[in-house]
Amino acid sequence: MNGPRLRRLRSHLMVGLMALAVVLAVIPLLLILGTLVAKGASSLNLAFFTKMPVPAGETGGGVLHAIVGTLLIVGTACLIGLPLGIGGGIYCAEYPGSRLAVGTRFVADVLNGTPSIVVGVFAWTWIVSPQKHFSALAGSVALAILMIPMVTRTTEEMIKLVPNSLREAALALGYSRWRTSLTVVVRTTLPGIVTGSLLAVARIAGETAPLLFTALGSQYLSFKLDQPMAALPLVVFNYAIGPYEEWHQLAWATALVLILVVLVLSAAARLATRRKFSLHG
Amino acid sequence: MADGTPRIATERLSAMYGKATAVKDVTLPFAANRVHALIGPSGCGKSTFLRSLNRMHELTPGGWITGRVLLDGEDVYASGVNPMQLRRRVGMVFQKPTPFPTMSIFDNVAAGLRVGRRPARAELAETVERALRGAALWEEVKDRLRTSALALSGGQQQRLCVARTIAPQPEVILLDEPTASLDPQGTQRIEELMFTLKRDFTIVIVTHNMQQAARVSDTTTFFYLGAMIESGPTRQLFTSPSREETEAYITGRFG
Repeated sequence: MNGPRLRRLRSHLMVGLMALAVVLAVIPLLLILGTLVAKGASSLNLAFFTKMPVPAGETGGGVLHAIVGTLLIVGTACLIGLPLGIGGGIYCAEYPGSRLAVGTRFVADVLNGTPSIVVGVFAWTWIVSPQKHFSALAGSVALAILMIPMVTRTTEEMIKLVPNSLREAALALGYSRWRTSLTVVVRTTLPGIVTGSLLAVARIAGETAPLLFTALGSQYLSFKLDQPMAALPLVVFNYAIGPYEEWHQLAWATALVLILVVLVLSAAARLATRRKFSLHG
Repeated sequence: MADGTPRIATERLSAMYGKATAVKDVTLPFAANRVHALIGPSGCGKSTFLRSLNRMHELTPGGWITGRVLLDGEDVYASGVNPMQLRRRVGMVFQKPTPFPTMSIFDNVAAGLRVGRRPARAELAETVERALRGAALWEEVKDRLRTSALALSGGQQQRLCVARTIAPQPEVILLDEPTASLDPQGTQRIEELMFTLKRDFTIVIVTHNMQQAARVSDTTTFFYLGAMIESGPTRQLFTSPSREETEAYITGRFG
């Protein structure tokens, strides 16, 4: 019998193939990061973060207006989307068999697969068009609609990981249903919910299509949510399709900033999760 | 078994999951300040019976009952009874230790005290200490009350759960196979506890360990296929059972 040797050989072969798959999957990622750093890093300096754009033809200037715009638009989207998303997720997890939960789950899955440009058009139809002008708030609503199903599903999945015995222990102490949910179940799974929320934020922070029809973009620093507003993805888009080489430079640099923002959010999400596991260990 | 009315009793109690009957027509009194053991093979309905006593059974999807459960002579399934208040009078400890993972040792024990009213800080600390002493855990944790309950061993966690259950001073304590996931030492500590706890509480314990039932209980009830087969003083049930099924079970011929 040469069974053991053959098996070991086959095992090595499979491990090798999978390692190859990992390398192939990571290559495009590294290429993107590498290109962004190579083309964008040279334009990054303090002025880039603190200055406004300069007229075409001049060099220098920054994207302060877009950084502020992205923070405001995404922040408002979180104010709308997180309570609804997390609340919906808690409901679906605590009443899994109810008709409302089954329906919510289905709608969330469909929405998760909806192209973001469709959501942008939706926000345009229902907010921009009746108001007859573009606004940052419309962009926030579009982004909130994108994040709600993501947050709902991750929250539900996280809460489902809480063992039922914990829920019963609280109920057996005389806790009411809602109190059990909030003080025991949600508190136990809070790091997971935070992780899911941060990942959703990272996802929508880079969305461009929904903002094209809603926040529109702007050349000016604005804090008014009912007016058009700049955002990092829009700046990338506008500069990238522009005719000037300086603009292309700025587009690369802005894209790098955007990626860094997403990277930081993802890293924060990782950190939140790790704290959860060390708690259990 | 001295005083007349039992602390808690069932009258023709049946417990169902949807259309399936798990407990059939059980009438059983539990005298105050005694340890009552429920034994029987897996799936005999003893756990479902136990969970009907504090209305935990109805939280299982499809769970419902017929008959009555009397606590101090009053039906706990009567329409005016709030199950949350009932569960503060009839505490429960589960098979697996279930400390709340986000709470410290102190907060775990205090968890049941913070429902309803908010006791003063000094009173709270006093009650928590008393409960931890009652669960024979105080000496081991008194210097780290603010640390996570998850750092405790399995046996300590289970005693923590006992402390959490007795802290609000319930009348009855239900134990659902409390030592099934513990090592022999942890098991022994829990068993020793029952002798002291029964001074203050009425204890109903489900166990599939017959030696355990024989060691700790005053009365034993044998369940089989959802029905109560036999109930009586533990010594009598184990030495001279009156029913053939009981004898077959305790001599290890099935189950």
